[in-house]
Amino acid sequence: MFEDSVMMSRALTSLTLGFHIIFATIGVGVPFMISLAELIGIKKQDPHYLLLARRWARGFVITVAIGVVTGTAIGLQLSLLWPSFMQIAGNVISLPLFLETFAFFFEAIFLGAYLYTWDRFKNPYTHWLLSIPVVAGATLSAVFITVVNAFMNAPQGFTLEGRTITAIDPIAAFFNPATPAKVFHVVSSAWLTGAAILAAITAFTILKKQSSPYHKKALKLSMTATLIFALLTAVAGDVSAKYLANNQPEKLAAYEWHFETEAGADLIFFGTLNENNEVENAIRFPKFLSFLSHGDFNSEVIGLEEFKKDVTPPLWIHYLFDGMVMIGMFALGISMLYLLFERIRKWNEENRLLLWLIFLNGPLAMLAIELGWILAEVGRQPWILRGYMKVAEAATTSPNVGWMFLLFLTLYLILGVMGVGVLRKLFKDNPAELELEKRYPNISKKDDFK
Amino acid sequence: MSYEMAGIIVLWLFLYGYLIVASVDFGAGFFAYYAKQTKKDHIVNQLISRYLSPVWEVTNVFFVFFFVGLVGFFPDTAFYYGQTLLIPGSIAIVLIAIRGSFYAFENYGSKKSPVYMFLYGATGLLIPASLSTALTISEGGFIQVKEDNVSLMTSKLLTSPFSWSVVFLAIVSVLFISAAFLTYYADRADDQPALRLLRSYALIWSFPTMIASLTAFIALSQHNMEHYQNLIDLWWMFGLSLACFSVAIWLIYQERHYGAAFIFVMFQFFFAFFGYGAGHLPYLLYPYVTIQEGATHETMGLALVISFILGLCLLIPSLYLLMKMFLFDADYVKGKK
Repeated sequence: MFEDSVMMSRALTSLTLGFHIIFATIGVGVPFMISLAELIGIKKQDPHYLLLARRWARGFVITVAIGVVTGTAIGLQLSLLWPSFMQIAGNVISLPLFLETFAFFFEAIFLGAYLYTWDRFKNPYTHWLLSIPVVAGATLSAVFITVVNAFMNAPQGFTLEGRTITAIDPIAAFFNPATPAKVFHVVSSAWLTGAAILAAITAFTILKKQSSPYHKKALKLSMTATLIFALLTAVAGDVSAKYLANNQPEKLAAYEWHFETEAGADLIFFGTLNENNEVENAIRFPKFLSFLSHGDFNSEVIGLEEFKKDVTPPLWIHYLFDGMVMIGMFALGISMLYLLFERIRKWNEENRLLLWLIFLNGPLAMLAIELGWILAEVGRQPWILRGYMKVAEAATTSPNVGWMFLLFLTLYLILGVMGVGVLRKLFKDNPAELELEKRYPNISKKDDFK
Repeated sequence: MSYEMAGIIVLWLFLYGYLIVASVDFGAGFFAYYAKQTKKDHIVNQLISRYLSPVWEVTNVFFVFFFVGLVGFFPDTAFYYGQTLLIPGSIAIVLIAIRGSFYAFENYGSKKSPVYMFLYGATGLLIPASLSTALTISEGGFIQVKEDNVSLMTSKLLTSPFSWSVVFLAIVSVLFISAAFLTYYADRADDQPALRLLRSYALIWSFPTMIASLTAFIALSQHNMEHYQNLIDLWWMFGLSLACFSVAIWLIYQERHYGAAFIFVMFQFFFAFFGYGAGHLPYLLYPYVTIQEGATHETMGLALVISFILGLCLLIPSLYLLMKMFLFDADYVKGKK
């Protein structure tokens, strides 16, 4: 396998992307929360929220650095590992790729400006305004890069003769049918994950030390955002399922182990497959797959039997699908529960069990991002360009990919471990209470640590 | 003008932009480390970090912009360069990754570490060396094409005097450009000790820059006669480059107009870089990829040019704002903000 350049190209691309999306997701999700916290802080003239924005931003820069360099890596690896693919697809998808770098450029410029101008302007809104292009740039780069990925799932807007492209319609390629559902799902789940992670960090701090109004506000803000984005993500998931049912039925069928085309199809949760590809030990939701696919409990859902075996994805992705959906439901449930506890006076929203669950929700949300991404990518196998080009035809023929895999594995291990170490130290050496006192000495102590 | 010509000019401009901003950045990392080793860090490192902190991320984008644009306008380059550059490209990525993230660890983390600083300084010189491989390969003679398969002749690349002369030129240019800029920046900050030190760096590194340019020129004549002949026809571009270089050195030596001196350095590299690029045409990779045959379809080319113009309408004001806030704001440069 080490010698097989197709296998190793796949492995290296997965490795880089799998590592990159952790930071990319934070990069899309967290700026929104920072901007929101600062806005609330200015509006309410509440130093707690202002400090929150500042501290979140400080940690955010470290993750941005790793996000930027791994993003550069995957940008170059596209051509280094998949030269034949880029030669053909580069003709058609260069517009969104190009626009993505613009968005990234825009974000990079204003992130520097935002970080170095905290107390520089008389009017506090001026500084807050600098966060808008950061949020916009981050979100737009997610949108554009998702368009590229959507195109690989639903290529259109070109004519291919052999290996030559004869006609191109850039707009049609850009607005391919997979774009709306994918963009919606990617952006909403990134916002959800950003909020969930910030909530998890706060919950953990409260568990380890003690609570303060600062932490209470941080938790309430991030959990409210978690709830809203979890709802949005659930809707986006539904939109995606309906898109798949209509446009890429083999993918949805593989997600759901749906072999025979039938009306009133069941939704299958977990379970196992026996040697005859029959589902055992599963929880079944009668007719729910039909509902998920077309909004009608008795509609017909296309099964895997309709496709040749060499163009259907592997069946293990079913578990990823179940995992992703369950985590999404967990995020929704836990944020509702927290807000319920927070509303009802007699109940303590800082119940330790609840806090532990909120903490757990952060890493789980990131896990769901990874699961969902693997699901979407492996669900497209064996195609790199669905219907046009298979993965095996696209990879580099260079014999050295295996070594490069080891090189990058080492790099990501170092970056990951050091990044976490630097982040931990950054906040451990400078707790919120201390910084609050230093920056806003007028805040009454009693108010802060009851 | 044809769209592929517009495309390559735009891309070349961005590569030139990267050459300037990245050189300042790469060289600054090296000088910061060198100053620390020679116990002069108290003189320059505050200054360097004040310049770099708000812009370090922007530098990288220039590079991303160039290679994404290149693949977009000329998809054939993805195939040829992608197939051949796996190892040098991956090494460059790793160096860029170490440099970018360790910059953040050093500057935004809570611990200052000499190891971070060493890596930051060393990678700053190795990155231009590894990236210049792509330029060397573009001259032809280093790749093998068999049927549908393209591969790099690594040993030939490693033993070629031409490829080493390019590496040498890349490294000394970085140090020269960076020192010239930081001299100007120190002058703006009214920081006399830093100014004296950086001015001496600029003067010292000007010599190898000239020597390396000549060596690379001679080595090219041995390697690719056709390109060399084109460059001779464009002699006036290189004459202008030399003139700008002389003016810049004169000004720095005379201890005045450091801003103008840096602008002349920028012109020096502008003429040399565009002269080199113009002589290279129509080839993007000699003799396999030309800008006409390797270009994308006209509709996509047009879409890219349009998106490019719209993008610039957004970028130029933002870059201007950034420079106004950090580069040309006297109080910020002096460390009062």
